[in-house]
This record gives sequence, structure tokens and C-alpha cells, in this order.
Amino acid sequence: VAIETNRGERVIDRDGTRASEVKTLARVLVPVGMLGAGFAAGTVARGIALGADVIAVDGGSTDSGPYYLGAAQPKTTEEAVAHDLKELLLAARDAGIPMIVGSCGTGGTDAGVDWVSGIVRDIACEERLSLTVACIYSEVTKDRVAGYLATGRVHPLESTPELDLPTLRRCEHIVGLMGHEPIALALEGGANVVLAGRATDTAVLAAVPLMQGCPAGPVWHAAKVAECGALCTTEPRSGGVLIAIDAEGFTIEPLAPDARCTPDTVAAHMLYENADPFRMLEPGGILDASEAVYEALDDRRVRVTGSRFEPSTQYTTKLEGAAIAGYQTLSIAGIRDPEILDRIDVWHDSLVNLLKDGISRVLGFSPGTYSLEVRCYGWNAVLGNLDRDPRSPREVGAVLVVTAKDQAIAHTIAKYCNPYLLHMPAPGMSNLPSYAFMSSPAEIDRGPIFEFALNHVVDLRETTELTTTAIWKTP
Amino acid sequence: VIKQAAPKTLADATRLVRSKNAGPFWITIDIFFDTSAGYRAHHRAITRARMASVYGVPATSVRIFGIPWLRVIKVSFPRPLAQGGPFERDMHAGQLHVPLLSMPLPADPEDAPSEPAGEAEVLDTIPL
Repeated sequence: VAIETNRGERVIDRDGTRASEVKTLARVLVPVGMLGAGFAAGTVARGIALGADVIAVDGGSTDSGPYYLGAAQPKTTEEAVAHDLKELLLAARDAGIPMIVGSCGTGGTDAGVDWVSGIVRDIACEERLSLTVACIYSEVTKDRVAGYLATGRVHPLESTPELDLPTLRRCEHIVGLMGHEPIALALEGGANVVLAGRATDTAVLAAVPLMQGCPAGPVWHAAKVAECGALCTTEPRSGGVLIAIDAEGFTIEPLAPDARCTPDTVAAHMLYENADPFRMLEPGGILDASEAVYEALDDRRVRVTGSRFEPSTQYTTKLEGAAIAGYQTLSIAGIRDPEILDRIDVWHDSLVNLLKDGISRVLGFSPGTYSLEVRCYGWNAVLGNLDRDPRSPREVGAVLVVTAKDQAIAHTIAKYCNPYLLHMPAPGMSNLPSYAFMSSPAEIDRGPIFEFALNHVVDLRETTELTTTAIWKTP
Repeated sequence: VIKQAAPKTLADATRLVRSKNAGPFWITIDIFFDTSAGYRAHHRAITRARMASVYGVPATSVRIFGIPWLRVIKVSFPRPLAQGGPFERDMHAGQLHVPLLSMPLPADPEDAPSEPAGEAEVLDTIPL
């Protein structure tokens, strides 16, 4: 039988065995790309019926910015997480398989792990589940990182400078991205629920197949493709996928009956959110997918072979840290008057210049002690200087953004700006226009604004050196 | 979708152009050409020098990957400012592909402007 692949036609039944009948070594059910995002009814049951050995789901990411790590707050709501967790815990209990959640509470902080752990405890009580729960904490203290720094074990990634102590000391929270090892240890120790702090998205999915002796290349590649759930299918919002690892490769199929995996959708997912689509760094080595062959087994399943994993001599953990970059106050004024909109560039520049002059003259804040922007949504707020579209906007939301070292200063400056943002005419206008403030007061205090401060790895001697595991059991 | 007229811009030759953050420190742009012929004819228009000029980043920081069988060119470069700081305008970098849509393509791809050696060819292509 000849099957079409990304490398032309390939005969797959040379020895009389169809690829689809290859012996599967482990199956991982990935119900959704992020815990709390929800999945269609019946999809989890379908994955269980297909023989899943574990349910693995990602609970966080840096995708939505530094706030969630810096403030140790989840992006997801408790109700949505509890809703998903309840269905997953019941399915895992009925099937007698473990469940793993990675990067709990979005940032993967210790508080994030405890938050998910509390939700699991409530569900366990309510449903009378018999659970052994391993909480794996991956937050790292500044002192500990300083120790690694002093012994030359912290290295910058890409174009980042070497880490210095002042940068380190500014961080509110630091986490190390764990590999699969502490998760596997917890499962070997008898846990049937693992709640991991910050982990690589792939480690959460890779732990059970690696424990069951699956080859590393297919495991890490399968985990990379499946980590966003159904995003690698023709129906990206349909929930999850099932990956089945064998001795030479892996097979992936969607959990929703109307979704399909094709060689193109599976391979294209290697592009998504990856700077390099072929090589991906894991704590213990590098996944090399450059020689992978994607073949359609039928109209909804794809088998992938040829993925390689190159173990590295030094085990490294990536650090993520978030620091407070300042405090912000916003005011939002809507502009619909064509007379202003036709000269929005002039209006913008003259307003900013007037404000900066007054802030210095009246308030006494010199330019280096605060920053002020007026972002004109509807004109060029999104792309800024990259926007070359010459057309006049139809409507603009002018957002005053003031950043300062504390909230009081940011608020004071925004208040000073208020009448100018309300009434600033275009040059040559004889009347005093008023724009459309959207609220009273116009000023909106945003609190601390975080920034990612670390882009570094630390060399470890033990794979579990930065993690701490705590076990609790239901009575 | 088969587009009949000769493509004038990158949008004309592609079915999808998308941008996204790749971790807090990188941006990546995926350019899906309509057809294999379109890929072959126009992928060389995506050069490090051109991307550097559109996005205001150093050409040496730009990585370009070609995946002919997917008809995809991928462009990645470090974010000028890390994701999410006080001056962030696009948290997920999801709108940064837009300046590429209007990028003009040469009527005859053979007329593509010559660029300094090492800049014009697609880098990091995995041959099949």
C-alpha cells in the first residue's frame, strides 16, 4: 500500500504490517490546550475508550504576559478550572489512570500549585474520590539563583546579557521549568494526580510514555504537537487529541469526531509559537524534527516517524522571572470629530509636547522620572511606527498611558493631563472641542506593571534539584 | 483558492500570514503561500534585509526557515522589547504580520532585487 507523505509516496506494508497496526506503547489523552478552556461533551470519554494511559493537561504559560508570574495570580477563573478538573478527575478515576496538570495557576508559582490543589481537594471531598496527590513546586528563591550565579551555573539565552544581581533582586517570583523527571518520580511513588508548578509544556505529556520505555524522539515530538490540544487539527477549538507512541513514531488523532488531523495540520503546528520549527530545547536535550515524515493513516489520523532526540551532556533548567517595571495610570478619550481625525498626527504630537512641558514646569517631574504616551487606537496604536497606512481614521480612542515609579505619581500626572486630553484643539481651531471620556473619573489606576526579567538557564547536577514534592491523600 | 492574476503583494500570493509571540523574547511570523508554484516563485522575496527594514531590527538577528512541502516561509526575530512591559502594544504579537501583507512582489520573480551575499537566500531550509 502506498501512502502519501510530505516526502512523496511511501510503501508502508513492506513486511505485511500496516503502520496503523504498529504496537502502541503508551497513549496520552490531552483534553484541551489549557485547563479551564473547556472541551466538548464526550471527547474525554472518547479518548478513554481509545485506551488512554494518562490524562495530561497544561495549566499555564507565559503566553499572556508577565503579570501572572509576577503577581502569582491565575489567568483562568476558579469556576472554569473546577469544571474541567471535575470531569477529568472522574474520567481518570473510572479508567484507573493518572492525571497530570502542568504549570498550575498560569505562572506555575507555588501559590498557583496550591490554588489548583485546593480545587482538587474540594472536588475529591464532594465526589468521594480516593486520591494521592503530588504537588511539585518549582519556584526558586533569589538567594538560590544568586548561589548558582556565583558558581557560574547561570547562562543567558540568545541575545540576553549575563544575569546581574540587581536584575535578579528585582524579580517578584522566579520559577524553573521542570522536565518530566519529577513528574515521573511522583507517579512512581504512587501519586494518581500530579499538580506540577512551572513545567515545560511537553514534559507534562512526555512523563508517562517515557516511564513506559517509549523512544525519546517520538515522545517529545508527539508532546510538542499535542500540547495545545486540538490546535493541530482542522477544528482548533474542538478540545483535545490522543497521541499513541510506538517504537518508531507516534500517531495522533482528534478527540472530537468531526475534527481531523492531516499531515499539514500536524506539521504546521510545529510552526506555532516556535521560533525554530525543527529544533526545540528541552531540559535534557534537543528535539530534532527536521527529518520527520508525516503520513495520513486515514482521513483523521496522522503517523509521524523520523523524530530524533539528542540528549545533551549538561541538564539545564530555564528560569522565568517577573519584576515590577513601574505603576501605570490610564485615561481614555474617544474622538469622532473629522476635523481632528484628519490631522490626528499633528494633534497627537502637539498634545504630547504640551503635556510633557507642563509636567516638568508645573509638577516638577523631569523627563527621566516618568513616561507618557498617547496611544491613538483606530490610528496607529497597535503597530506604532511600523504602521505606514496613510489613511485618516474614522474614530480614535486616545489612551493616555502614564508610567512612574509609584502609583501616586502616575495618578498625579494623569490628573494633570485630564483637561488637556479633554479639550486639546488641533492647531488653528478657534473653538474649544471636548472629547468623549469613557468614565468618571477618567483616570484608571492599573497598579504594578510587570516585565519578564530573566531569559536564562541554570546548569543542574540533579534533574530534580530545583523542585520540591509534597504528597497529600484523601482520607 | 487559486488566484489568477499575477500577485502584486505578499497578500495576493498567500493563503495566510500570521504572527505570534514565541516565548516572551521572540516573535515569529508564518507565511503560507497559496501554491507550490507561488512558493517557488516568491519565497526569495522574504530576506533578512527586507524583514529587518520592515520591523526595525538588526538583519543579523533575523532567522528565516523554508519548508517547501508546506509552502511555508517562517521568519523569527528577537522582540525589541520583552513581552508585556509598560510599553507593550501587542501582548501576543498577533498583529505584527500586517505590515507584510502589502509588501510588493516583483512582477517577474527573476527581477527580485539583488541583496548582499548571504542576505538574499533563505536560511535554515531543510532540504527534502
